[in-house]
Amino acid sequence: MKLVDSLRFRIAAVFHRSQMNAEMEDELRTHIQHRADDLERSGLARAEAERRARIEFGGYQRAKEECHEAAGGTFVESVFQDLRFALRILRKSPGFTVVAVGTLALAIGANAVVFGVLNALILRPINVPHPQTLYAVERGNDKAVNHSYPDYRDLRDRNRSFEDLMAYNVAGVGIDTGNNPSGAWTMEVTGNYFDGLGIPPYLGRFFHGSDEHGPNSAPYIVLTYAYWHAHFQDDRGVVGRVVQLNRHPFTILGVAPPEFRGTISFVFPDFWVPIVNQEQIEGVNMLNERGTHFIVMVLGHLKPGVTQGQAIADLNSIGAYLEKTYPKDDGHMIFSLTHPGLTGDWLGDPIREFLTGLMLLAGLILLAACANLGSLFAARAADRSKEIAVRLALGSRPRRILRQLFTEAVLISLIGGAVGLWGSIILLRGLSVWRPLPTVPLNVPVTPDVRVYGVALLLSLASGFLFGAVPVRQVLRTDAYQVIKSGSTGTIGRRITVRDLLLVLQIAVCAVLVTSSLVAVRGLMRSLHSNFGFEPQNAMIVETAVSMAGYKGDNVPILQKRMIDALAVIPGVQSVGLIDRLPLYYGANSAIVFTDKTTDLRPANAAAEAAMYNVSPEYLGTARTTLLAGRGFTWHDDKSSPRVAVVNREFASKILGSVTNGTGQYYKLGDGSRVQVVGIVEDGKYASLAEAPQPAMFFPILQSPSGQAGLVVRSNRDAQQLTAAIKSTMHDVDAGLPFEIKTWNQELDAALLAPRLATISLGVLGVMGAMLSITGIFGMAAHTVSKRLKELGIRMALGARPTEVLQAALGRAFRLLAFGSAAGLFLGVLASRVLAFIVYQATPRDPIVLGGVVFAMAMLGLVAAWIPAQRALSVSPLVLLRDE
Amino acid sequence: MTDQAQLLPGTLDLLILRAVSLGPLHGYGILLRIGQISDNALLIEQGALYPGLFRLVRQGLLKASWGTSENNRRAKFYELTAAGRKRLREETDNWNRLAAAIGSVLAAQPEEV
Repeated sequence: MKLVDSLRFRIAAVFHRSQMNAEMEDELRTHIQHRADDLERSGLARAEAERRARIEFGGYQRAKEECHEAAGGTFVESVFQDLRFALRILRKSPGFTVVAVGTLALAIGANAVVFGVLNALILRPINVPHPQTLYAVERGNDKAVNHSYPDYRDLRDRNRSFEDLMAYNVAGVGIDTGNNPSGAWTMEVTGNYFDGLGIPPYLGRFFHGSDEHGPNSAPYIVLTYAYWHAHFQDDRGVVGRVVQLNRHPFTILGVAPPEFRGTISFVFPDFWVPIVNQEQIEGVNMLNERGTHFIVMVLGHLKPGVTQGQAIADLNSIGAYLEKTYPKDDGHMIFSLTHPGLTGDWLGDPIREFLTGLMLLAGLILLAACANLGSLFAARAADRSKEIAVRLALGSRPRRILRQLFTEAVLISLIGGAVGLWGSIILLRGLSVWRPLPTVPLNVPVTPDVRVYGVALLLSLASGFLFGAVPVRQVLRTDAYQVIKSGSTGTIGRRITVRDLLLVLQIAVCAVLVTSSLVAVRGLMRSLHSNFGFEPQNAMIVETAVSMAGYKGDNVPILQKRMIDALAVIPGVQSVGLIDRLPLYYGANSAIVFTDKTTDLRPANAAAEAAMYNVSPEYLGTARTTLLAGRGFTWHDDKSSPRVAVVNREFASKILGSVTNGTGQYYKLGDGSRVQVVGIVEDGKYASLAEAPQPAMFFPILQSPSGQAGLVVRSNRDAQQLTAAIKSTMHDVDAGLPFEIKTWNQELDAALLAPRLATISLGVLGVMGAMLSITGIFGMAAHTVSKRLKELGIRMALGARPTEVLQAALGRAFRLLAFGSAAGLFLGVLASRVLAFIVYQATPRDPIVLGGVVFAMAMLGLVAAWIPAQRALSVSPLVLLRDE
Repeated sequence: MTDQAQLLPGTLDLLILRAVSLGPLHGYGILLRIGQISDNALLIEQGALYPGLFRLVRQGLLKASWGTSENNRRAKFYELTAAGRKRLREETDNWNRLAAAIGSVLAAQPEEV
């Protein structure tokens, strides 16, 4: 109540300002008149009496000011006054204002963008009720989140810690709503998925655990709001309609609410189907294979009062039971818990580390910007020392002057923050609808929320006060008398000043950024030119899943052979090969293998985990994978002949013991079957560009068929013409088969996405850091030169050579540059270790990187110091001395 | 002039309240009244009086209204509000207690300590 009253009083005081002012003047004048009346009565002349009265009264303006303050008007009012004054000052020096606002807008904008992404991916939990108790189950020491369905059922039914455990898998599927078949992404989920998460349907109903009665028993589908909106035009009548998934009828049960987009932060399915119908969706039924960890994630809410530790202990006791009961399938079954949004810690940790690192760098950029602006402000305060001195001499309190300077600083920072936030909102909105990979539902909704706005505002205010505080000491120490007498107090300090420290800090930040972006760029370049184990140039990829057209079992390879043959006769096509899953396409399928001598085939005895591909005989030739020894496959490597494999060099040396004598040898798969190695090929990249050489094995498709397929079409023809030809050929093979065509290089965009994003973001920050360094060094050098112009003139008059003048003028700036660069390089080398996960062979111990950083920093220094150096050299002693 | 005592900080408000408690006064009148009752022993800077008055008005201890002075000039007259009267009583008690305590300390003889 008191506060409200006081505020009302103060605000009223502002609005009644003119009236109050008049009354105050009246009152004070009356006082002086009364006194004069008395003095007149004691015998003075009226004029003399009034003069005496005024003198006796003392400082009239000051009394008025103090009355104002006492009446409660000053605070709000003087803030307005300061603001008006600040605006006037800033308008008067538009160059300074634009530079300051621009610098801050960039720095705060960068922070807002990085924070926006951080907020969306890490801070914001996935959109389910009570996200804080929702955990995903991680398995083993390497914290894999994938599980097998039988393991999941045991975990679900035997645990006492979770309300319920749900599971999902992501799969591509062909959907036909009556007119045209198209590919879509679905989440295969357990029946209890929606109930366990507590999601209510937006329309219709969801399926439940009670709907599951064995394989293919629940042909139901639940649409996401977005898919319903885009493909069914918000038609509320879709409930109950039957659509074809891979040519199997599925009934639409309902639509999920718009805010629920699944349980991964960056992958959004088009609809959900029960996982028990896996065979219809994926063409294979893995529900009974305990060794196949196809489930992407198992997750659930902890029961109230159960701690994470208790839940883990509970899960581990089930794990021990599983290990004992199924030694052939279940390896080391220890568990841990993680938050589900980023698909577990194996991916979440690097994302978190990278984003945190990026946030740190953005923060450093802002700090550097503040350092820069602080120096600018200090320089301006020095330039304005006369104004300040006059105000001090006229009785202004230092506090009032500081408030004025802070008002200016905060005003600039708020304007800069607003501009930066505006830019970042545009950028974040763009990122939110961006789908970096057209065929994959990968998308991060980074739409800024209140938290982003709050952070931007906070950063603006903080930076305003930060750089506004730089000139404080300078103002407090201003000796009005000295300044007015002799002009600005130009003391050339030999000591290390705050400004020097700020500059070193800023240069170090810049060097960190330059180092990291160079490391990233180098790594990316190396990735692009490294040996993939195949040749993506001049090759088109036709991706198709024959299971989407309802083909199953032995029909699959027959259709695939028909497709290969049909595509191969297109004019200009050199060869066509088929592989079930393209290398570098969102990781590789893999399986554990054993040496031929191993008899106890438990996972712990495995010789290696090898990437696994099923290919047509033409694939290795079409992909230009070099055969080092032995032979490739033929169409005679079918089910009636012994199992054969082609392995890569790493596999041969690791499991067979030799590359040269590898062909003809045998090894064993997890199911005990013996496989003969008939050929050895070069190593390649399989799961990611950043991986070390990995063992890999290729099987002929006739011996291990797969419904998924990428057809590699090698041809020198123009991609567009070829695409048209491929389209009509595929249509002729089966009109109901959804497929997608692109070049192999486009396909690789997926593999390169993470390093590209990392490189771009680091590059942008690096450029910003470089710009800030240039302005910082420029400001410092220009300031030094202008301060020491007279001294330089005298040196020249005494016969100093240009190099000596430059040494005197810019030596300090360059020493600071060298020091800052060295510190930054060192820190950058440390920071680059984080990059190594994302960027292929990101090592800072690379002469080109180290040399590049040194060169870049030297160039920065040269660019920034060029103009001040010119100025120092063009000093004419005569002109200078005459000016004095 | 030289034998005038400097005001102790914070006592100006008390003096103003006391002066006004005897009847509505304008600013100059308050100065005169204080001079008169204190026998000109207290020095009040004329300029310093008004901020004090404004402060007391803001605190709701005084209320002000425009009127005509004995010199036939338009002047602002101050008078105590109920809260002002209460405050004056409290402050007077406080002052008396403080003065008595300090007085007795200063008057203490060595043998009494």
